[in-house]
Amino acid sequence: MASTSPRARMRALSSGRALFGRLPLTGKIGVLILLFWAITVVSVQFWPLVDPLMMAGRRLQPPSGAHWLGTDALGRDVFSRTLHGAAYTIPVAVMVVVFAVVIGSALGAIAGYFGGWFDAVIMRTADVTLSFPPILLAMTVAAALGPGLPNAGLAMIIVWWPIYARLMRAQVLEVRTREHVEAAIAGGAGRGRVLVVHILPLCWTPTLINATMDFGQVALLAASLSFIGLGAVPPSPEWGSMISEGASKFYSWWIAFGPGMAILSVVLATSFLGDGLRDIFDRRGPQ
Amino acid sequence: MTAAPLLEIRDLRAAFRGPSGFVEAVRGVDFTLNAGEVLGIVGESGSGKSVAMMALLQLLPAQARVSGSAKFKGRELIGMPQRQIRHILGREIGCIFQDPLSAFNPVLTIGAQIIEAIRLHDRKISKRAALAQTIDLLASVSIPEPERRAQQYPHEFSGGMRQRAMIAMALANNPSLLIADEPTTALDVTVQAQILDLLRRLAQERDIGMVLITHDLGVVASMARDISVMYSGRVVETGSADSVFYDTCHPYTRGLIAAMPSLESVGTLLTPIDGTPPSIFDRPQGCSFAPRCGYALPACHETDPELRQIGTTRAACLRAEEIAAGTVRPTAPLSESLPV
Amino acid sequence: MLRYIIRRILGVPFLLFGVASVAFLLSQSTKGDPLSALVPERMMNNPEIVSAVKAQWGLDQPLPVRYVIYMKNLVQGDMGTSFNTRRPVARDIADRLPATLELVTAAMIIGTTFGMGIGLLSARFRYSLFDNAARGFALLGSSLPIFWSGLIMLYIFSVQLKWTPGTGRLDARSTPPEHITGFYSIDSLLAGDWALLGQTLSHLALPAFVLGWSVVGIVARLVRSSLLEALSQDYVRTARAKGAPERVVLINHALRNALIPVLTVLGFTFAYLITGAVLTEAIFSWPGIGSYAVAAARSLDYPAIGGVTIVGATAFLLANLATDIAYAWANPRIKVSG
Repeated sequence: MASTSPRARMRALSSGRALFGRLPLTGKIGVLILLFWAITVVSVQFWPLVDPLMMAGRRLQPPSGAHWLGTDALGRDVFSRTLHGAAYTIPVAVMVVVFAVVIGSALGAIAGYFGGWFDAVIMRTADVTLSFPPILLAMTVAAALGPGLPNAGLAMIIVWWPIYARLMRAQVLEVRTREHVEAAIAGGAGRGRVLVVHILPLCWTPTLINATMDFGQVALLAASLSFIGLGAVPPSPEWGSMISEGASKFYSWWIAFGPGMAILSVVLATSFLGDGLRDIFDRRGPQ
Repeated sequence: MTAAPLLEIRDLRAAFRGPSGFVEAVRGVDFTLNAGEVLGIVGESGSGKSVAMMALLQLLPAQARVSGSAKFKGRELIGMPQRQIRHILGREIGCIFQDPLSAFNPVLTIGAQIIEAIRLHDRKISKRAALAQTIDLLASVSIPEPERRAQQYPHEFSGGMRQRAMIAMALANNPSLLIADEPTTALDVTVQAQILDLLRRLAQERDIGMVLITHDLGVVASMARDISVMYSGRVVETGSADSVFYDTCHPYTRGLIAAMPSLESVGTLLTPIDGTPPSIFDRPQGCSFAPRCGYALPACHETDPELRQIGTTRAACLRAEEIAAGTVRPTAPLSESLPV
Repeated sequence: MLRYIIRRILGVPFLLFGVASVAFLLSQSTKGDPLSALVPERMMNNPEIVSAVKAQWGLDQPLPVRYVIYMKNLVQGDMGTSFNTRRPVARDIADRLPATLELVTAAMIIGTTFGMGIGLLSARFRYSLFDNAARGFALLGSSLPIFWSGLIMLYIFSVQLKWTPGTGRLDARSTPPEHITGFYSIDSLLAGDWALLGQTLSHLALPAFVLGWSVVGIVARLVRSSLLEALSQDYVRTARAKGAPERVVLINHALRNALIPVLTVLGFTFAYLITGAVLTEAIFSWPGIGSYAVAAARSLDYPAIGGVTIVGATAFLLANLATDIAYAWANPRIKVSG
């Protein structure tokens, strides 16, 4: 991954391009939308936009040339706030998916490979966690930890890790019985080494596809928690809390329109991309 | 032979969409079947024998392209609107399929499926009357305890019993034509003979014309009046059963006979035909059988011969006369042990 | 399979036990004094209440003892007292549960009806314009943030078009029908009050549609793919060879088999609906346990959140169990070989 040689980087780049070429049209659109939001997240503070936290005009103005998506109850520019909102929702969703994948996969891999009491404890914990409807568990955890986006993120990691633990465990159990693994064990390789070198590299495909598909759902849940009031706190222009503000100024539909479309675009883009990736990689089982 | 034939097929073709355009799986075949007779169509899997029959019944996937003519009692089936052919299928033409387990709907009882077959073509019959008929049908194919059996699901039947039930369903509306697609292939040898006996008896009793599709010459030998041998989408030899067996002209037919176990061959080696049939996407030039044929001449790889009358059979082979007369012996790949 | 189901049934109490333990641990991990999770701030300087609560929940005791007390109270149906309503959480939930169940049931009916219809027609007319449009509609439903689409729909249908009334279960001045089932639609029907029934349904229509739409995609996608799978089976050819019209082939033969996998998704759908109901109720001021939970979360009313979570998880577990049993029941191969 963190290869420094230019040739390796070129190879990674060209294989990425080849992958892009094999995606269906909807998948390509998905990639472009996600790319747009990624660029927005890192560069939005340099864009020539009005300050998202300051009054920019009269209150509750419908969309116009000056304010493309109108202004909210405090006279702030909804268009600017929507674009700045990406810098809240998307990094949280990325962090949640990354941590859930890493923690869940690690626990699932160890559980599947070593079995025994560790396996039992991990998998029963996963069963209990998955017994909760996701939003209720996230709400309970977030409420226990107190409002705020980092706490909401932690709550979502707790909701999501068991999915990846189960996925990785099933993969490891399947790969473990393959011949090359048995050969490596017979050859005297240590247990840990067998797991890391011979098993894990063959187990990632379903996890990565699932993570792509889940990204949109995580973003959606993050926005939902903010909408409820457990995620980002005002005045930050997080999409869910913007919609919550829009809900209280019901007749000014435009306040909620921008952030709503933004969330929709992220969810659609990830499900387009996830579908495309699954078509490419998942022709009947991994590899 | 003055009446019109029961089924008259002329130049039937069926094509599927391949990676580069349409490819013909059936390349212009002719068959004739008279009422009450049995026609055997023999060939390896992939020879197009099943596709030909499914094509005229419009049971191929919608993307398949079918042309030619297939007249059933004088009515043209090819291109007949769905609405009309539906009244013929299941009523005048019954079908039996190879694997009765997958051919029955797993979530409906055997009885329900036969009752459906009856009621699809007789709207007025009551459910009770249809059930009574179903039980009679099951009894007529020698299924014991038909009342109880009718209420069971397909997976509760043995293979042979399932095929009997399939035959009962095909006969539900007294068809005049029965199309049996490898009816015994999925069954044990002992059960095979029972099913064939049953089919023969029922066809005779009810004066049903039957098309019997099989890869096993032995199956048609005892049943068919006429035999057509198919290879790579074409008929390569056709004639009465006796003439195809005893005056064999085509090297492929010879190969099939040689590969057939019989009382005389006990103790001798059975001779399989070397190689595999060509894929429909990759047919050789000239005669499709030439690459596997021990008699092949250079000319065989260039021209694809038409069916010609050779003695008592019609065969599509450049060297048919010599083979029939026994004046040539095969070189490799066909083995020397062929009965000549 | 029978053994699997028995194991699943036996597993439910264990999972519920786990759920309750998690809820307990979360209620203990609230910042600061656990007392603050049980007594509203304004009552903190009332020593009588404080000591009564301390005794009831064993707050002076060590954690394991508190855990035992919590579980004992829970088994007796005591989930504590809500800060917001100052009533027992269990009673709040019991009062509000019918509203949620009515909404979720209506949404489930709408979602599965549309989902099955769309899946069926998509499979029948595969790759047609209809297929693509219907799949787009379904995808949109599962991608829209429900708390936003509900808002937009409310704006369009209630404010602009005035086709549907505003929020809530009834008009502001109406009185609910006599409590029999708690479902206003059924209760007003039983009371023979047609006007009230109409009002109930018109209030129910929009939130139920918004919520149902969110699961149309899941159902439609599965119905379509399992129908296409079923349509390629041999028994479908047999049915055609019997002369069955396409409609009979599709419904009697293909759909019958395709429904078996679809049953499994219903439990999954239910999870989505619970999540969606929380947000839909918040938008439509629907007086169910979802809006109760949102209000509780906003004001950090811990007993109320914990109670709703336990009830939600119970419903979720039972729904999944029911799905498994339905699956076994629908498949004759499983029923016999059990």
